[in-house]
Amino acid sequence: MCTQSVGLLAAEVEKAGIPTACIALVRSVAETLRAPRMLAVPFRFGHALGQPNDADGQRAVLRALLGLLASPGPGPVLVDYGPR
Amino acid sequence: MASWSELPLKYRLLIGFYRWRTLTSTPWAKLAVPLREARVALVTSAGLYRPGIDRDFGGGDGGDITMRLLPSDTPLGSLVVGQSSDAFDRTDVERDMNLALPLDRLRELQALGEVGSVAPRVVSFNGSMLAPGRFVRDTAPQVVEALRADLVHAALFVPV
Repeated sequence: MCTQSVGLLAAEVEKAGIPTACIALVRSVAETLRAPRMLAVPFRFGHALGQPNDADGQRAVLRALLGLLASPGPGPVLVDYGPR
Repeated sequence: MASWSELPLKYRLLIGFYRWRTLTSTPWAKLAVPLREARVALVTSAGLYRPGIDRDFGGGDGGDITMRLLPSDTPLGSLVVGQSSDAFDRTDVERDMNLALPLDRLRELQALGEVGSVAPRVVSFNGSMLAPGRFVRDTAPQVVEALRADLVHAALFVPV
């Protein structure tokens, strides 16, 4: 449900001219929604950035998310976060 | 990947009948400055709030559609998870709020020169909503207004 909620909000923000990138916990929801930029991560609910107290791992996810902002577009851009 | 099988039975039953939304068109905005100069905002759907300062998030039919704006210098450990859903295990989020609001990580990337700055406020809402229409209509404009007021170049969204 959260993956849909963030994507819907992101679309409104994007419409206002501010580029957005969302983490998606459920790939099928992201595929259906078609929000501008989504990063599908292989983590459980409540773990969008990975594991607790794993700064390196979390930073890698955040970097990948920021990287989507450089996509030339047009969207939807849906990228799978690779294993690390 | 999170899997529906993680969820309690009531949610798995619901999801079988739920009409997942599709955007009729996908908007697109370009980043106006290089990332290393960009002011980046975080948006979390964990319903984080500051007890004693912000109003808690409620549940109710269709969920709580309101949002809270939290100063980015709020200590992460002082925040409470106001998400109404019991569909996820919040133990790890409570142990490390960066899982829902990666402010420490974003600051580290700023220190490394990879992003320009961290927006002065984060947006927090309760993403557990079955009927998002009112949220999109009423709350999204407030979020846009706040992000514009903070002059952000980009926004990152983190679900739970």
